[in-house]
Amino acid sequence: MHGERGICRPSQERLQERSSPMYELKFDPLLCEQCESIDCVMKCQYIDMTLEKARDERLKLARGEHSTILEECVTCYACEEYCPYNNHPFYQIVELQEKLGVHPTPKPIEESQVRMMAPRGRIESEELTEPLIDLCFFPMLRGSIRGRLFEGASVIQGSDVFCNLMFLHFARNSVIKERLPLIIDNIMSYYLTRNNIEELICFHDECYGTYTKWAPAFGIEVPFKPVHLFEYFRRRLTELRSEIKPLDISIAYQRNCSTRLIPEIEDVLNDVFDLIGARRVKRRYDYENALCCGGPMEAQQRFDLAEENQNKNVNDMKEAGVTHCVFNCPFCFFTLMEKVSKAGIMPIMISDLCHQALGE
Amino acid sequence: MSSVRERLAQIVGKSYFSDAPEERFIYSRDPGLQKPHAPDFVVMPGSVEEVQEILRLANAEKIPVVPMGGGLVLSGLTIPLRGGIVLDMKRMNRMLEVNETSRYAVVEGGASQGMLKAYLEKHHPALKHSLPDAPPIATIAGNVAIHGSGHLSQSEGGFHSEMVTGLEVVLPTGEVVKLGSCSTVPGWFSRAPLPDLVGLFLGWNGTTGIITKIGVKLFPKPRLEDVLVFMTEDIETIPDIITRVTATELAEDLTLSIAPKPDWLRGFQLTIINVVANSESEMKFRKRVIIGTLSEGAYFHNKEAGFLPLPPNMKSTFMDAPQKILSSFADVMKGGGFEYVGSIMPVEKLPEACLAGVDIAERNDVAYSLGARVIGRGHCIMFFNAYPFNRADPDNMTRAARALEDTNEVALRIGGIPWKAEYSAQQQILKQMDPNTYRLMERIKKVLDPNGIMNPGNWEVEAYGI
Amino acid sequence: MEFEDIIHRCFRCGWCKLPQNFADINCPAYLHYRFETYSPGGRLWLIRAWLNGELNMSDRFQEILFSCATCKNCVEACALPKIKDLLVDIMIAAREEVVNRGVIPSPVREYFMGIQNRGNPMKRPQAERGMWADGLEIPRFDGHDYLFYVGDVGSFDESAVLMTRAVASLLGEAGISMGILAEEEMSDGNDVKALGERGLFEYIAVNNINLFKERGVGRIITLSPHAYNTMKNDYPLLGGNFEVYHYSQVLNSSLDRIPPGNLSVTVAYHDPCYLGRWNGEYYAPRSILGKIPGMNVVEMFRTMGNALCCGGGGGNYFTDMLGSGEESASRYRIREASESGAEVLAVACPICYKMLQDAVKDEGLDDSFRVMDLAQIVLESRRR
Repeated sequence: MHGERGICRPSQERLQERSSPMYELKFDPLLCEQCESIDCVMKCQYIDMTLEKARDERLKLARGEHSTILEECVTCYACEEYCPYNNHPFYQIVELQEKLGVHPTPKPIEESQVRMMAPRGRIESEELTEPLIDLCFFPMLRGSIRGRLFEGASVIQGSDVFCNLMFLHFARNSVIKERLPLIIDNIMSYYLTRNNIEELICFHDECYGTYTKWAPAFGIEVPFKPVHLFEYFRRRLTELRSEIKPLDISIAYQRNCSTRLIPEIEDVLNDVFDLIGARRVKRRYDYENALCCGGPMEAQQRFDLAEENQNKNVNDMKEAGVTHCVFNCPFCFFTLMEKVSKAGIMPIMISDLCHQALGE
Repeated sequence: MSSVRERLAQIVGKSYFSDAPEERFIYSRDPGLQKPHAPDFVVMPGSVEEVQEILRLANAEKIPVVPMGGGLVLSGLTIPLRGGIVLDMKRMNRMLEVNETSRYAVVEGGASQGMLKAYLEKHHPALKHSLPDAPPIATIAGNVAIHGSGHLSQSEGGFHSEMVTGLEVVLPTGEVVKLGSCSTVPGWFSRAPLPDLVGLFLGWNGTTGIITKIGVKLFPKPRLEDVLVFMTEDIETIPDIITRVTATELAEDLTLSIAPKPDWLRGFQLTIINVVANSESEMKFRKRVIIGTLSEGAYFHNKEAGFLPLPPNMKSTFMDAPQKILSSFADVMKGGGFEYVGSIMPVEKLPEACLAGVDIAERNDVAYSLGARVIGRGHCIMFFNAYPFNRADPDNMTRAARALEDTNEVALRIGGIPWKAEYSAQQQILKQMDPNTYRLMERIKKVLDPNGIMNPGNWEVEAYGI
Repeated sequence: MEFEDIIHRCFRCGWCKLPQNFADINCPAYLHYRFETYSPGGRLWLIRAWLNGELNMSDRFQEILFSCATCKNCVEACALPKIKDLLVDIMIAAREEVVNRGVIPSPVREYFMGIQNRGNPMKRPQAERGMWADGLEIPRFDGHDYLFYVGDVGSFDESAVLMTRAVASLLGEAGISMGILAEEEMSDGNDVKALGERGLFEYIAVNNINLFKERGVGRIITLSPHAYNTMKNDYPLLGGNFEVYHYSQVLNSSLDRIPPGNLSVTVAYHDPCYLGRWNGEYYAPRSILGKIPGMNVVEMFRTMGNALCCGGGGGNYFTDMLGSGEESASRYRIREASESGAEVLAVACPICYKMLQDAVKDEGLDDSFRVMDLAQIVLESRRR
């Protein structure tokens, strides 16, 4: 309740005082040195360099030195997908940004987000049934968990189960390292163990990416079994097959950044689209070539870049003649929904599309 | 007093007269922290003639009269310091005229902000008036009479008192007087070129007469609205930000929020820039220029400031007029109350006011929120220190009251003047005021209110030998 | 008193006086009396002062307390998210306190006595309760799909029975299997509860629940949103779990069996407080009107959550604490309806029906303006 000295300027000591857990990134600089294609930079949609320059800059990063890449990176996670050696080029960029004091977003925005999303210690044990859905820290999505699609489901959500992966956009990997072990412990001890549940269905695929890809890259163990929302949909929709009325629509899919960590999920997603009768049209900015929604760019104050990017994406959807743009990520949804609607395309979350196919 | 009682009931009708304990209880208080003083009578006039008769009676019997609009000043200006008759003006709430071409509206003295907004939305959707952030039942006349300000104050010419085009007032002695162009020609379009008598009734806390009609300027209402929120970590940068944004002349409302809660805001400042436009391209242009000017600041280069990405639901709270979320500040202490000191001060005083504000709150151990609204094109600011309190916790209420007193003192010391000042703050202001200024005020009050019946206790120097 | 620990949290900011679109004063008590004391905030401050011993429970205070129509405009409009939902509950809790101390206005006392002694507050014998159905051949409930529950006003008010007859006939035409209790029917208790007589309410409710269970009632269609509210929300807490519908909901889903005819009239729909703000049902009645060919449906400026109460709720229909006159809510509502260009005001509640019809007369509009319930409108369209 009280104000404090230095109210108008955050305490520098407090910002720097952080416990540093000993989780190290499984990154091998030798792999970068041997790499001939430098796919991480050459395939990047936002950085334009010759192969020679790309190699120079990549090697600087591999040696832990500063490169302009650190400032130019829009944090779209794509290079995690591009690297043929799974050498985690993006995670390495983020670690280096933090180490060298590069702030992708303005410091007040960065710091306030760190505070806003911190675990509040309000978690309480509950009786839960399967399927158990992890809604992460998106309370506004609670209404999506309804109907036959989620029959009998229980939900967990809140700051105390929040995966924190978003801090990759803010060059605060240390925050994830610091919080994730507590989050995992919270999930296990308050929810999974006492209810004898092993499977946790991740509504937002960023959580799934955290537990299946980011955590192992830093040597953090995940004792439960994360299930991707799309896997759950595929399972459930197959069960309810006879009740599905195919939608018969052409859609564009907005492939969010965390899909870059788990590209193998595309097959499952396409099965889901098949089941509900949604045709994922061929368009330029999909799959590996997908565009970031522009949200992180706006946070980085690069408004022209964000707009240019969003226009390219939406025009591409328009030209493909789709009626709907399907989202999995609420952040992409909020960022793009206005532009998409103005283009005459209906923005919709994938869970709502599945509800529609079931006539709900 | 019984003949007064009967006569008052006769004037307004029995159903609009009360001296019952219930009315006396409620009308002796406002939602702020000032001490209660009970009226002897509460009446609700329905016409100018009734107001005149009440004043003539009050004059004859030397009974104090206190006019009241919404009663939401929070600093107790509608609380009858010396008892007497409270006039609740809200029955006189009609919309009288809207001139679309010369853009003004004429309403009765008890007409509310909300109802004018609704009326314009329904009948004249291309026009709007400047709304304060008070609850919608606040009256237009009441707000103007205390030099209120609102969401068009930065872009459309300053305080709401500067947007008045004319008044009809009933003098303490019972005469009805028209002020402004309406006194001479049909039409409430201007105060100039006549001698500006309207000022005799603005800022006087009801000591010079009762407003029964008011003309206010209306402004074009663009189709589109949006908001930019600029976040900073150094209070010293704010005057530069205000200078830059006001210089573009492209923003509508410009406000600051500096609060220790929610936790993620502590230590940071939010500059909230509302932008309106008639087309997408105009909106884009305005935002681009505003973003452009702020990107030139060193604070932007150094990543010490930036525009906050806003999801749609957060945006709409910033674009509400009036902002409902500000009223909910009253529940911060789960106690149904807050009061604030709003000081009118030069722009460059903001950082000092902010640091002093934090200090006052800490010293008095109270919760608080700080903020400001820019008035005119950076001509001054209304800086506020708001303290929520718990009505059921007398100790907390005492500390909040002390914090308010300290704030008034500090404001004057810094070089600002508390707006709609409560009794004790008025005393501080008068103490600091040039004696000739005060003497002129006294002379005018004497002329208009020879028996001293109008809201006595206000703008009266206690003991400085004047 | 229940909620005593939060009553101090009202700021008396006055958001509660207006609807969310600020159109005009929307609290029926404040609209009529205009003193701050009669607004929701004023009332709450007075209750707190009374609990603290600063004020006595005078006649005027009782008038203030019992003039609340329980319309929930304040709940919709209040600026404080943590207490807004409880505002009307607090008014009712204060009434309970006062009722327990026996200090209540005589019209309120008479209302309770009527129900307690006769089973209805109308000063009519219960034996006449089924008379509204004369000539209509509505069966007595005997294992039908639905119990058609009529209520006090719908059974005895000489205007409202026209509505009851229309609803019952139309439901019959739609082939709905339903029966009535006639003279065995008792007050539903909603307004008893709203007026603070908790003991009497529970007595009535439990009696009703037992009777319904005994007769094998599974589903209920109510005429009045008041009965709908209490049977749906309160009865389950006393062991009465029935499927409760308001007649507009059943009518809406059976309209294909009784297709409306052409009716070229401009209609506005008046949301009853106990159906709209209390129970969130804004759609079914509008859907009915939308399905009538030729009908021009307009919305009044204060619609749905912003609707102005007819002034009959909170027991006011019976106790008349709100009085009438030009400043009454019902007359404001009729003026508003007329301004909207409507020729007919559609209602879905027998109390609204009576209050608003009287207001039409008082406004001198009987030649040009009609108040009709949804069933009467559909029936008229079918007869053309």
